[in-house]
Amino acid sequence: MVSGSIEKEYAGMVEAYEKAGGDKDSLADKDTAKIVIHENKVLSSDGVSGIKIETKELENGVDVRLIIEEGVKVKKPVHLCFGVLPEEGLQEIILKVDARDNSEVSVIAHCIFPNAVKVIHKMDADIEIGINAKFDYKETHYHGEFGGIELIPKAKIKVNKGGVWQSTFALSEGLVGKMDYDFEVFCQEDSVAELIVKVYGKGNDDIKILEKIHLDGAGARGLAKSRLVLGGKARAEVRGETYGNAPHSRGHVDCIELVNGSEARATAVPIVSVTDETAKVTHEAAIGSVDRRQVETLMARGLDEDRAVDIIVKGILR
Amino acid sequence: MLQVDELFLKLDGKPIINGMNLQVKKGEIHGVLGENGTGKTTLAYLIMGVNNYKPTGGKILFEGQDIGEMSVSQRAQEGISLAWQEPARIEGLTVMDYLSLSGRNPGIKRISECLEMVGMEPRRYLDRDIDNTLSGGERKRIELASIMAMQPKLAILDEPDSGIDIVSLPILLSSMMELNKQGSSILLITHSEQMVEIADRVSVLCAGSILKTGPPEEMSTWFKENCQSCVHINEPVFESLSELIRKGKNSG
Repeated sequence: MVSGSIEKEYAGMVEAYEKAGGDKDSLADKDTAKIVIHENKVLSSDGVSGIKIETKELENGVDVRLIIEEGVKVKKPVHLCFGVLPEEGLQEIILKVDARDNSEVSVIAHCIFPNAVKVIHKMDADIEIGINAKFDYKETHYHGEFGGIELIPKAKIKVNKGGVWQSTFALSEGLVGKMDYDFEVFCQEDSVAELIVKVYGKGNDDIKILEKIHLDGAGARGLAKSRLVLGGKARAEVRGETYGNAPHSRGHVDCIELVNGSEARATAVPIVSVTDETAKVTHEAAIGSVDRRQVETLMARGLDEDRAVDIIVKGILR
Repeated sequence: MLQVDELFLKLDGKPIINGMNLQVKKGEIHGVLGENGTGKTTLAYLIMGVNNYKPTGGKILFEGQDIGEMSVSQRAQEGISLAWQEPARIEGLTVMDYLSLSGRNPGIKRISECLEMVGMEPRRYLDRDIDNTLSGGERKRIELASIMAMQPKLAILDEPDSGIDIVSLPILLSSMMELNKQGSSILLITHSEQMVEIADRVSVLCAGSILKTGPPEEMSTWFKENCQSCVHINEPVFESLSELIRKGKNSG
């Protein structure tokens, strides 16, 4: 619950959360598990039946432990709201997630840095998905127009037998700043991992993305998908790595980077590897300008060229 | 409505469209019948202004106006549109979004009608992306539905039957007739005599020139007898090419 001394900060975060596309009613809903963290302060933390949330404030951030109890199927998404509202600051989130066997949960995280001029946001996540558990994680960032942010989200995820991990990281509002995204998943027997990243780089944004999937159990499946649009002088390097180490494991790396402007730079480095003769891992990567045929298809319906490009770019990032 | 006058296009020094003359009258379905490689798609691209194709000679007039220097968008805004032979796939753009793009702002009711007319159940398709998850035939039918939603003055349909299964062909033909009934003139580009049965007039294309123009049945027979058995595709030898073109002009 919100105490008196932090009411103002909480109101500021809720307002920014709403501007970033978050549903502020969900932060007030008693039946919704949620956390609101500003810098290193926990402004709100509420679990619901079947979900435990433990937090500990640290010098520069917060240690968060999220437990989904065995067999619990959470109806409403869990909402996480992290942010730094001043122009400068450091926020380190240490996140430990334990989604126990046969549980199911959807988590929506909003990370909000609307005024960042010199802000560092780090996340170190250690996540375990239990047997036949299902975890859907969507993280959306809102960065404002200054680009003065360094973003370092890192996660190690273990998906146990029959478990499902799906994550989508989206950053298309405001300038990215400097970003070093690193998610690594270890998949056990018959488990599934889907890593999706969608980023719109502009200005002088410097973007590094590493999506790594180890298919260590028989029948494990993985998808490392990335969609980037780069304008201005933005630079991006996307590494999609998938290792088929177990019988009948299947993986795919899928990267599209659209370069919209003469000074943006894009690189894709897919690595696909198999160490089992029955495993199969494929990749596809396309880097280049917006496809002329797509643009003309929309222009032939009467749209001008800029609007056609805008629709294609938004589609890629949707 | 559309007049193509002495049109030429050379690509890498090779003539692709070679002094073409063609006239599409307001309200008609005009078939262009030609074997592979005779310049059918190039003609479509030149009229729509896509693929960076610019005529190296001649004129394209639409409603009396020279459209040669217009952008693709301007031509579309003037009332021309193209259903591509191989329509582009666009990730993140739903069928609903795509069919809503035309300036007419068709509502969901009209969009659903257009899908139904091409044999697609709106409930199943409205929220699908027009991306690689659609089959070739589905994407083609959505292309035709989008033209129906737009209701252009002139619809260029480039090989609308390619990739469509035989069971769906009657649906395709009836939807083209419906499009025409609703006021769109149609330039129907195809190599299939069956498709041009619905046309009011048909022009036979060879080597980037119109050889003959006339009623569908007559042109289909002529096409079957002369073009399908021809061993000189794109090098007509049965009469002098200039003589045929002259005749074609007169019958247009």
